[in-house]
Amino acid sequence: MKPRQQRMLAVGLAALGIAIAASLTLRAFKDNMMFFIDISVVVAGDHPTERTFRIGGLVVDGSVERREGSLEMSFRVTDLKCELGVRYTGVLPDLFREGQGVVAHGSMADDGVFVADKILAKHDENYMAPEVAASLAKHVEDQTASLQDGAAECGSI
Amino acid sequence: MIPEIGHFALILALCLALCQGILPLVGAHRDDAAMMSIARSAAAGQFLFVSISFGCLIWAFIHDDFSVLYVANHSQLSLPGIYKVSATWSAHEGSLLMWIFILAAWTMAVARFSSDLPMKLLARVIGVLGLLSVGFLLFALLTSNPFERLVPAAIDGADLNPLLQDPGLAIHPPLLYVGYVGFSVAFAFAIAAMISGELDRQWARWTRPWTIVAWLFLTMGIALGSWWAYYELGWGGWWFWDAVENASFMPWLVGTALIHSLAVTERRGLFKSWTLLLAISVFSLSLLGTFLVRSGIIVSVHAFATDPTRGFFILAFLSIVIIGALVLYAWRAPALDSDVGFGLFSRETFLLLNNVLLVVAATLVLLGTLAPLIVEMLNGDKISIGPPWFEVAFLVPMIPLIFLMGLGMHTAWRQQSTTPIIKLLRIPAIGAVVVGIVLPLLFYGRVGLMLAVGCIAAVWIVATSLLQPWRSWRRKEGEAGITRSALGMSIAHLGMGLFVIGVTVVSAFGVESDRAMREGEIIELAGMQFEMREFREVKGPNYDAIEGVVEIRKDGKYLATVRPQKRQYLVQTSLMTEAGIHPSWNKDLFVALGEDLGGGAWSVRIQYKPMIRFIWIGAFVMALGGLVAVTDRRYRRKDVTP
Amino acid sequence: MNRFILPLVAAVVLIPILVLGLRSDPTALPSPYIGKPAPEFELPTLKDPAKTIGTANLRGQMSIVNIWATWCVGCRAEHQFLVELSEEGSIPIYGINWRDNRQNALNWLAQLGDPYVASGFDADARVGIDWGAYGAPETFLVNADGIVLYRFTGPLSWPIWEQEFVPLIAAGAGR
Repeated sequence: MKPRQQRMLAVGLAALGIAIAASLTLRAFKDNMMFFIDISVVVAGDHPTERTFRIGGLVVDGSVERREGSLEMSFRVTDLKCELGVRYTGVLPDLFREGQGVVAHGSMADDGVFVADKILAKHDENYMAPEVAASLAKHVEDQTASLQDGAAECGSI
Repeated sequence: MIPEIGHFALILALCLALCQGILPLVGAHRDDAAMMSIARSAAAGQFLFVSISFGCLIWAFIHDDFSVLYVANHSQLSLPGIYKVSATWSAHEGSLLMWIFILAAWTMAVARFSSDLPMKLLARVIGVLGLLSVGFLLFALLTSNPFERLVPAAIDGADLNPLLQDPGLAIHPPLLYVGYVGFSVAFAFAIAAMISGELDRQWARWTRPWTIVAWLFLTMGIALGSWWAYYELGWGGWWFWDAVENASFMPWLVGTALIHSLAVTERRGLFKSWTLLLAISVFSLSLLGTFLVRSGIIVSVHAFATDPTRGFFILAFLSIVIIGALVLYAWRAPALDSDVGFGLFSRETFLLLNNVLLVVAATLVLLGTLAPLIVEMLNGDKISIGPPWFEVAFLVPMIPLIFLMGLGMHTAWRQQSTTPIIKLLRIPAIGAVVVGIVLPLLFYGRVGLMLAVGCIAAVWIVATSLLQPWRSWRRKEGEAGITRSALGMSIAHLGMGLFVIGVTVVSAFGVESDRAMREGEIIELAGMQFEMREFREVKGPNYDAIEGVVEIRKDGKYLATVRPQKRQYLVQTSLMTEAGIHPSWNKDLFVALGEDLGGGAWSVRIQYKPMIRFIWIGAFVMALGGLVAVTDRRYRRKDVTP
Repeated sequence: MNRFILPLVAAVVLIPILVLGLRSDPTALPSPYIGKPAPEFELPTLKDPAKTIGTANLRGQMSIVNIWATWCVGCRAEHQFLVELSEEGSIPIYGINWRDNRQNALNWLAQLGDPYVASGFDADARVGIDWGAYGAPETFLVNADGIVLYRFTGPLSWPIWEQEFVPLIAAGAGR
């Protein structure tokens, strides 16, 4: 094969590979993107219904309930503005604790409770997942503002 | 006093690195032998001072010198001795110092073992390595000084993160870094070739063993990391497509491509500019990985404590290195193009395909890793890309790669005629299809499409890679045997086959179950009985633990006892899950304690992981193949005829 | 175009993405309180759980609120400074003992000196989070009206104090 043909072959193969990869990537990408949604937004009903997403916030003190001796449990998560109930069956991560940050994967059930299929807590307990921290900070701001204006209750975005 | 010596040694190392980076390059340009000869002694001096500095930091850890901020933050009096040493590289500052130490060691090795290199080439290679050292030394001294004092000294340290208190993790980072940093040698050779404008087959022969050694360390480093994740934090998973894992995996993929492309350059003098580009890319990806891990730009369980200043520094360094190298490439590479031809059905074509597929795979991984960043920038949505996407996207280039591998191994350079290769490979091919379908049916009782593809691929690679060594072993007297280089290739490919077996079987037949268990309760999983005999309290050197004693039986016959623990570390007051694993060559039995559910019950995750050891064994066999290949005669001979 | 330039183009595209990514540092928390009232809180004090300390204590004079914990090495680093500052007596220092163990915290103060007028005991970190504390130590400057003037993350020292806090205190007092 002559160098020119070689090059054509190389470029052709590379282009083919990249084209296949790109189309597959883009198709699969949309299905696999997991959005992080603020709890206030979920409570207001503005969340994906067809697919799973992530939520995060603080586990509300005293809200963790479990049937004794069972893996089924439920708790409430807050973003300091709204609270959302979460149901989960399974083994919890080591850093799951009341008052601590948590991230959950799952989707909304018809009864308005978030059904989690996976619970994540960060591996270092002194730091919080950045999405959660940002979400909390946003509502701390709202709270501070509401002290002045007396507005901004859960439900209003 | 000792920490100050360490700090001062680091500054001296910077001065020597400056000499090493500038004088030999200028000398090579001016043809000044005296200036070029500085390269070796400067490299030796730099290595000496970096070693002193690194030694001082280790000393501070061993002697619990909590007047050093870094030590106080990452160690503790009751920490076992071995972890006091490994705590040295457990966080940003110390691991950066280790990175610098390894870079200096590689430079020393190049200076020491390259006596047959032309003086100019050697001066340039060591000069480029010196400039890289300057960058990293500045980074350490300006933003991440590990010797910073804490006044007043802490009475006790904050302890090493319990996750990192593990033998696997003590050696995982050093291996990984030896690999990562080792690619800087290939990079330096590439830059030297572009500066001189000379790139011949001899150049590839010099570059290739260094690249293979770096690659084999990276392979082991990644495998160890995966193994650690499996038993320490993964609840039984072995790869998570986490940003930081990807950061080490991308250089591996491109490094693998580089080894193959160097083979073509070495044998046939082809693919020169492509080889250069790969050498630049693989080191750039190593730097990119460092950036992702240390800047906090991407969220990950592995990420180091974050600091934007550090991020900016690495990014600036990364930009200078990459843009500088690529400008040089755009300018000099066109002149290096060769005009040798090769047939469509030839080793060259297969190696080209190998390269395209590996680079596509690396690009996909890069895309998935950076996607959350790009999406957030475009429209502010916070997203994450789950492992399912990576699994699918990654398989697309990998499946053809695996099948082509068996074919490519036996194809001749230049031009292969079809009849002999069909004759040679038809038995392995038929065998692979039959065995790949029958084996899972025989052992596990079912077969599916992906399972069959995986098993056929695995048997196909194993068979084709054993073909050549086997024929060499059975050869008639007087016939030439297999070269070390070809043997190394066969072994590495065999390792790939073992790896594919492991991945395929464990993903098809692995079983896991989350259950609540009380004392005396028995759970049936994968034909085995797991009985929780008792829960008891255990005391460790720096933790208290609850231990579950689980007896495993098969058909009433005793198999093993595992002891999963839930540990409470005393200083960081953090909980840790320590899984109880019963390993054997063909399966792992894995029990992990979740939490106390009340009423004497604990949540427990039980897993049956068939063939999972093959994943890591495969990786180590790959690395072994690399080791065999570098001992080939032609890399040891001093006077090679081109 | 020369195909050898393509990799350079790709790098030139990629690098700005990384730069921008760095800017939007995911761990950087906005400080929503600067110029706004300090978040309301009421905590039992460290030394006597029966007593409480809260926002009301911050009214009437300029003060600083320091979030600390015994497990935090940065806190140890700044402790000497805080003791010296309290001895100087120019400004009251309130502490929020964050995610800590009461006995450890009391031992720490007995051992290293207690610079605080009072420390609130925030074991479950709720107040810390209201204040937007992301790690310890963090220090807030609050004026006589209970408005947060400044937030500093990381260990304090005399140079930082002189440079960042003193001008604000002088301006606040002169107003």
